[in-house]
Amino acid sequence: MNKLAQSNFQAPLSATVEAFIQESPSIFTLRLQLCDSAARDEYSFMPGQFNMLYLFGIGEVPISIVSDPADSTLIDHTIRVVGRVTEGLAKLKVGDEVGIRGPFGRGWPLALARDKDLLIVTGGLGCAPVVAAINFALNRRAHYENIHIVQGVKHSDDLIWREQYDRWNRMNGVEVLLAADAAGPAWPFHTGQITELLDQVSLADDNCLVLICGPEGMMKAAAEKLIDDGISPFSIYVSLERNMQCAVGHCGHCQMGPDFLCKDGPVFVYPDVRHRLMQEGI
Amino acid sequence: MEQQIPSFLLRNDLSVLLDLLVADGYQLHGPQVQDGAITYASITALSDLPVGYQDQQKPGHYQLESEHNTRFFHWANGPQALKPLLYPAREVLWQAKRNASGSIQFIVPEQAIEKVAVIGVKACDLAALKLQDQHFLQGEYVDPGYQARREGLLLVAVNCSYAASTCFCVSTGDGPSAESGFDLALTELDEGFLVVADSEKGARFLTRLPLQDATAQQLDEASQQHETVTAMQTRRLEPIAVGQLNDAREHPQWQDIADRCLACGNCTMVCPTCFCHHQNDELVMKGDESQHIREWDSCFGESHGQLAGFQVRDTVKARYQQWMIHKLDSWQEQYGRSGCTGCGRCMSWCPAEIDFVAEANIIGGSDE
Repeated sequence: MNKLAQSNFQAPLSATVEAFIQESPSIFTLRLQLCDSAARDEYSFMPGQFNMLYLFGIGEVPISIVSDPADSTLIDHTIRVVGRVTEGLAKLKVGDEVGIRGPFGRGWPLALARDKDLLIVTGGLGCAPVVAAINFALNRRAHYENIHIVQGVKHSDDLIWREQYDRWNRMNGVEVLLAADAAGPAWPFHTGQITELLDQVSLADDNCLVLICGPEGMMKAAAEKLIDDGISPFSIYVSLERNMQCAVGHCGHCQMGPDFLCKDGPVFVYPDVRHRLMQEGI
Repeated sequence: MEQQIPSFLLRNDLSVLLDLLVADGYQLHGPQVQDGAITYASITALSDLPVGYQDQQKPGHYQLESEHNTRFFHWANGPQALKPLLYPAREVLWQAKRNASGSIQFIVPEQAIEKVAVIGVKACDLAALKLQDQHFLQGEYVDPGYQARREGLLLVAVNCSYAASTCFCVSTGDGPSAESGFDLALTELDEGFLVVADSEKGARFLTRLPLQDATAQQLDEASQQHETVTAMQTRRLEPIAVGQLNDAREHPQWQDIADRCLACGNCTMVCPTCFCHHQNDELVMKGDESQHIREWDSCFGESHGQLAGFQVRDTVKARYQQWMIHKLDSWQEQYGRSGCTGCGRCMSWCPAEIDFVAEANIIGGSDE
């Protein structure tokens, strides 16, 4: 566990907005820097971990960290406006202050992907937790064999970071496959389910790591398809989502079966959660 | 600590123990009659204790009766025991202050250790305390407020001499007598108490009490009492294996319960092991200061499983499943045993008279 998270889990540290990047009409990235220089030096995280961001007087929300851990002094959070706190965060300006508690949770096991093919499957809008993993892997390109990125959106208009996908696709040994359940007229990519795209991926079945993030139904469908195709379930990792408030496994909201997603997850090896995905009420 | 042979303390000399505790700086908490129920609150003298009272309990029912006996502790329990003392229903976690330039300062309240002695703790509640200790103190993150309050706590247990119809601690293995986790334990007899210590702290008080050697007759009476109260418990929660209730999510009984359950959350509020809480901000009127509050929450509430655009448990059935499957089944994976210690409060304080034990036995398959 992170030493800083241990000492500051109860109350936030103040942080300044260093940059505000509008990614789409409802998605933005906050680049934050801890105000206290000692805390800044001590802060470290791994892709897939999250911070609790505090908006003064309103409350906290769990947000994945998307930037590279090599520079832990500038911490990027990509946020979609979905509620009271995120609406307020969307109105912040450079120089404003917020609170940070974190980092929390277990991130992606990228060390296990070393010298393997990496398949990253994501659905939904941007799916920040895997963007952190993608950026991490691409910044250390030589550590991995082929990297496949498969992204699905509900509607083609929902795709953000289009230029980024184009840029990634041009990199050596990197393949980007995009799908939209419903597509507008100028959509050059696949129209349909993300699982249909997985047939196009040529993966070293016995030497790969798969990271999946998105709606539970999509994660389950993608993982089961890959298992049917011969990938070991133990090579598949998923990032799950529940209501998180305390982030330290005390408040009980993020329970899924015996796990507290905030501390036992949010990333799990697939066999540990396989039977629970899409189970009603769990 | 090895328990010694009990010594005998005369009935009215229990006040000597209270005096010693006060002299040692302890605030006294104990059972008393408040609003028609036995409640743990601040006490000053033996006369505050619920002498002669007895509780009649069944699902949806709690009634105190005066039994005209001279016992202080001849009752089963009331709606709360230790949980609110260590884990208050509402607590300020931190305070945020924003100055004119927009800088935010976070202030965590000081956690002073206050010495509190609780008189008359029952075995089921000691077992529940161990589970709360595991949750708040023995995981990756230690809750500082709980820790401070726990360190200042001294526990004087009382072995039960009476069981309500809702009691089933014998079947969960948690009672009716306190076996560990206390500083001192009393067995109440008509003329006085048998006393043992289970900690150094408790033993230091023991040596200062006007004790006599317990007679063979007193020891025999105590063990008779244990047998009697054990036999009084006809309610029994059958053992549940890990995964047993979770695998029975399709059982028709869940919907039957959901049709009766009001989703009021009373069961979770009175449960001595339930730990769920939510966190909210309360901005002061001037707008430059905000309190970050934590308050008990219930898995029966709509907001418990709510996240952006998605409700994990949108039916009463799903919420009842969360409560029971967590308490009796997945809790075992989290903390190595069931989260139920057999106190029966969830039944007595249920306005819909739901019999938690009977329902669990039906779904678990031991009572088809």
